[in-house]
Amino acid sequence: MSLAIILQAGVATGTALLFATLGEILTERSGILNLGVEGMMLLGAMTAYSISHRFGNPWVGVAFGMLAAGLISQIHAFITITLQADQVVSGLSLNFLATGISLVLGEGLNSLSNVPILKDFDIPLLSQIPFIGDVFFAGHTALVYIGYLMIPVSWYFINRTRQGMQLRAVGEYPSAVDAQGISVYGMRYFYTFVGGMLAGLAGAAISLAISPGWFAEKTTSGQGWIAVGLVIFAQWDPIRAAFGGYIFGALRRLVLDVQGPTMILGMINPFYYNPYYGFFLKMLPYAFTVIVLIIGSREANRKRVGSPAALGLPYIRGQRGL
Amino acid sequence: MMDQDNRTQECEKNEVCMRGIVKHFPGVLANDHIDFDLRAGEVHALLGENGAGKSTLMNVLAGLYRQDEGVILVNGREVKFNSPRDAIAAGIGMVHQHFMLVPSQSVTENILLGMDEPRFRLNLPYYEAKIAQMAAEFGLHVDPKAKIWQLSVGEQQRVELLKMLYRGAGILIMDEPTAVLAPKEIDDLFNTLRSMTDKGKSIIFISHKLHEVMAISDRVTVLRKGKVTSAGIRIEDTSRTELANLMVGREVIFRIDKKEQEPGDVILSVNNIHAENNKGLNALNGVTLNVRAGEIVGLAGVAGNGQRELADVITGLRKATEGQIIIAGEDITNTPPKVGIRKGVSHIPEDRTHVGTAPNLSVTDNVIMKNYTDEPIGKGWMVNDDAALKYARELKAAFDIIVPTVNTSVRLLSGGNLQKVILAREISKQPELLIAMQPTRGLDVGAIEGVQRLLLLQREAGSAVLLVSEELEELLSLSDRIYVIYEGEIMGEIADGDMEKIGLMMTGMRMEDIRLQGEKSNE
Amino acid sequence: MSEAKMNLSPKKKFPYKLKIEPRLNNPSGWFSSMLSFLAVVLALLVGAGIIAMAGGEPWRAYAHIARSSFGSVGVFSDTMVKAIPLMLTGLACTIAFRMRLWNIGAEGQFFIGAWGASLVILAPILPEETPKWIFISVMAIVGMAMGAIYGFVPGFLKAKFNVNEIISTLMLNYIAVEWNNYFIYAKWSEGGFQMTKVFPKNAWLPRLADYAKEIPQFRGLTMHFGLVFAIIAAVVVWLILYKSQWGYEIRLIGDNPKAAEYAGIPIARNIILVMSLSGALAGLAGMSEITGVVHRLQGHISPGYGFTAIIIAWLAKLNPFAVLLVSVLFGALILAGREIQPSGVPTMIQGVIMVFLIASDFFMRYRIYFARRKESKS
Repeated sequence: MSLAIILQAGVATGTALLFATLGEILTERSGILNLGVEGMMLLGAMTAYSISHRFGNPWVGVAFGMLAAGLISQIHAFITITLQADQVVSGLSLNFLATGISLVLGEGLNSLSNVPILKDFDIPLLSQIPFIGDVFFAGHTALVYIGYLMIPVSWYFINRTRQGMQLRAVGEYPSAVDAQGISVYGMRYFYTFVGGMLAGLAGAAISLAISPGWFAEKTTSGQGWIAVGLVIFAQWDPIRAAFGGYIFGALRRLVLDVQGPTMILGMINPFYYNPYYGFFLKMLPYAFTVIVLIIGSREANRKRVGSPAALGLPYIRGQRGL
Repeated sequence: MMDQDNRTQECEKNEVCMRGIVKHFPGVLANDHIDFDLRAGEVHALLGENGAGKSTLMNVLAGLYRQDEGVILVNGREVKFNSPRDAIAAGIGMVHQHFMLVPSQSVTENILLGMDEPRFRLNLPYYEAKIAQMAAEFGLHVDPKAKIWQLSVGEQQRVELLKMLYRGAGILIMDEPTAVLAPKEIDDLFNTLRSMTDKGKSIIFISHKLHEVMAISDRVTVLRKGKVTSAGIRIEDTSRTELANLMVGREVIFRIDKKEQEPGDVILSVNNIHAENNKGLNALNGVTLNVRAGEIVGLAGVAGNGQRELADVITGLRKATEGQIIIAGEDITNTPPKVGIRKGVSHIPEDRTHVGTAPNLSVTDNVIMKNYTDEPIGKGWMVNDDAALKYARELKAAFDIIVPTVNTSVRLLSGGNLQKVILAREISKQPELLIAMQPTRGLDVGAIEGVQRLLLLQREAGSAVLLVSEELEELLSLSDRIYVIYEGEIMGEIADGDMEKIGLMMTGMRMEDIRLQGEKSNE
Repeated sequence: MSEAKMNLSPKKKFPYKLKIEPRLNNPSGWFSSMLSFLAVVLALLVGAGIIAMAGGEPWRAYAHIARSSFGSVGVFSDTMVKAIPLMLTGLACTIAFRMRLWNIGAEGQFFIGAWGASLVILAPILPEETPKWIFISVMAIVGMAMGAIYGFVPGFLKAKFNVNEIISTLMLNYIAVEWNNYFIYAKWSEGGFQMTKVFPKNAWLPRLADYAKEIPQFRGLTMHFGLVFAIIAAVVVWLILYKSQWGYEIRLIGDNPKAAEYAGIPIARNIILVMSLSGALAGLAGMSEITGVVHRLQGHISPGYGFTAIIIAWLAKLNPFAVLLVSVLFGALILAGREIQPSGVPTMIQGVIMVFLIASDFFMRYRIYFARRKESKS
């Protein structure tokens, strides 16, 4: 088991986290907190798997997975934006709803066979670079490569375009945006939808590429929540999000793979001889998320920068403050 | 009949003509068939007390609200505004009382916000140059690269003006623009407004401050309780007293009866206090002052010079990095708020809704906030509901709080009644020391008089009162002494109500320097 | 103070228009209960639709639920057995939510409480011959203590570092499952199976069936003493929230932390205390479940009690006695839900109920009515 193989698998796993985290960053930058990422990812995974089987084409599955998650996010959008209900509670409900629907409609999917999944391929030239090529440019599905592109694109969008400036403004001080006649509600609905679609993409990536199959809740097993934590760690910046996503992906793979072979990274694998320690290994990603949260929160306190100022607050025209 | 037609024709020739504007909000008729017009190149003041409907009317004109009835004509043509964009397209721009600026973004980004250009790529250097040029043309000096939170309030106001000018606004509405400015900055603003009208802009100036209206406007329209009491009279044709009457509908007495009395011992002693604000910058740089029993000490200063931080330090809500706070002889620096509350410190906070009350809890729950552990309301570990209810009802009667029952949620109360709840809670304990932060802000004249009366009563009863207010007139009429704070330091102390000295200190001159200057000019 | 009126009038010349306005006074309690009831009904309808979409038969499923939960004394007792852990975790969520502390970790605290109770027997802390009441008391105390510690951790992180408690408690859920798994599969495993040995009879919570000799009708009834825990807990929570000074502080912090700080109430301390208490209640739920039902520590001890508890607390509008009632309903749902196809139905219905509940909150704050359209004067 070489380091390159572990890292390569980690990049693939991290791609799902990347998509989900990027989506939530966009949503939160617009001022809406959507805690339903886990449920949306699950819905995306289930829909993608099921539709891929129905239409015989994984890309159609991916598209429908994104659409399903995007649509269900609009329930949360309606409740929090138009009805101005509490965003935390609504996000939790969305989670229950999306998870429940996924389980109900996903009944029996795990017994399907021959579901078309995405194929992996190498990028010519780049995949020949020693080590880096093996990790990043060889043996991945198209979604992973799309993930790479998304990082600079989303950074550029947020920081260097007019639309991105508007996005930042609406999450910081929506009154200013409203006073210019731009629809605060419209923007927030839109970015919630985009966030939902990306969560759906993350789910589809899991069920059709990274760990193909449908395993009820175990398909995502908390990655949506880790993504929400990563948003804080990333300080709402796509580059840091990528950093965090890939590291966590590598961590997950390490945990899964380390329990197998007797020799790992050239050393004798202690976990192999006492498989019971595997349980503590499994705790690692979750414990790490908590640590990452602590780091992120302390940094935010120190730098006095933090979440978008209007995050989580419903926008009411005429109300003082924001 | 003829007169009506004449007036109508006159109105329609003007730059802006609003006729028969009606606007409802739940429970209140904000605009009641209002007529208003604006002539080209004039400064037209819209005068009225808080709640008279001035902001509402102008929000309608600026496209933020849609009127229930009535028409708006711009240059003779009827217009319907569905959003602020339509108003801006018609050349009408509004500078709000609370700036609509994104603090974390730069001047240029804020000005560009909402424009269709640039289409996609944000080429900041190009626009920064463009804005610098425009700023120079109109004399509104500001750094296009600076972030809004770094700018002073006066500079932020200039950004708002630039925003409107950049969009080609010919008609500018300014909503209470001087509320946050020092006297010198107000002069600058008036000069700027004059130079703009010289360049052909027309300006509507919303204010409740009589002396400013007299100073800057060409014509004035007075609103009272949603109706026009006098439309478009020329400033030369009226007087301060007449305008005041039109504003409130009765003879307004400008003086308040304050009894002479000797102050007692020093209750509050603030010694060389240093503290930081929420951004980590120095907000207080060695503040020293004292307040004695039976006197009202005013703290004058433009908002944002450390008043909020000072109140926080005194009441234990903020750490002092240096210095002492001594109350009735005991050093309580950096102790938790409970300590001060136990010693009889009452605090009327600046932010009524976000700090002073719990919006969804009842009136009862809000008034027992500071004494729920004391008999008879607090018994052992329990709360005696009957005692609490009785107390709340007593306060409701004593302070004339208008509310269906004391179980009503506090968020449903009007501003004036909300303040009464806070006052009732803070004053009924007979405080040793009362810190009153902007206690009359946003209240109508009746409520203001009530609050001022209560403050004087506390003074008579022997409380030490520290009054922080943006209204210089209020400070002058209520206070025995006035300190002036500027950038976290006390510039000086005035006991003779000398407005000129106070004005100078508010812009950063120390007392010693003023005296020196005075002596020089006497030579 | 004033908010913009939303004008949803259609373009056609319909003589009435829909008006939505903020309410000027609080609606009555009756209205709020009716709204909740309506939310549940609508949710059941929507749920039926989705079940039908998945190829199931909704009305049959619902009828089945009703029969298999309330059809006889026997099944009612089984419903109550499912309801007891819901009551306790529901109370745990109630007290935390009152302070706007989103304790999503009731599930993990439940697991750790179960572990703590097992610790008493398997460590061992008490010998096997210990009299019943001592056993049960100690197990309850240890279970609550462990749960409290597991609630303390996210509370401390929030108080000291402002770490978002939703994510931290959720992560701790996953950690708790693995923690228990270690002991179940390895340390305390009985004969290599995925469970511990059966607890001695002295360590079992008394059940109605234990008294079948004296009262023959109690034969086979599995309802256990945990109900007494739940009722006592509800009374305690009620006393705290509505009658005590501490409860006043909790409610004040929950509504406006800045005002609470201004009034001199220590916030950090209360965050830690309330999270610990919340964890203790959930831990008690875990203890009562394993000592009252399965009598051993094993992997599957919860079909998501800690998560359902969130919805129960919300549906009960954070009222402790309402939590008891609502728990019975959800207990029925869980009991019968196991037999319904498709198996995700209970979770889905819970989700739909939650969504409708939150949406219905809107009607508490705004009035909707039809008003005669006025002609504009020119």
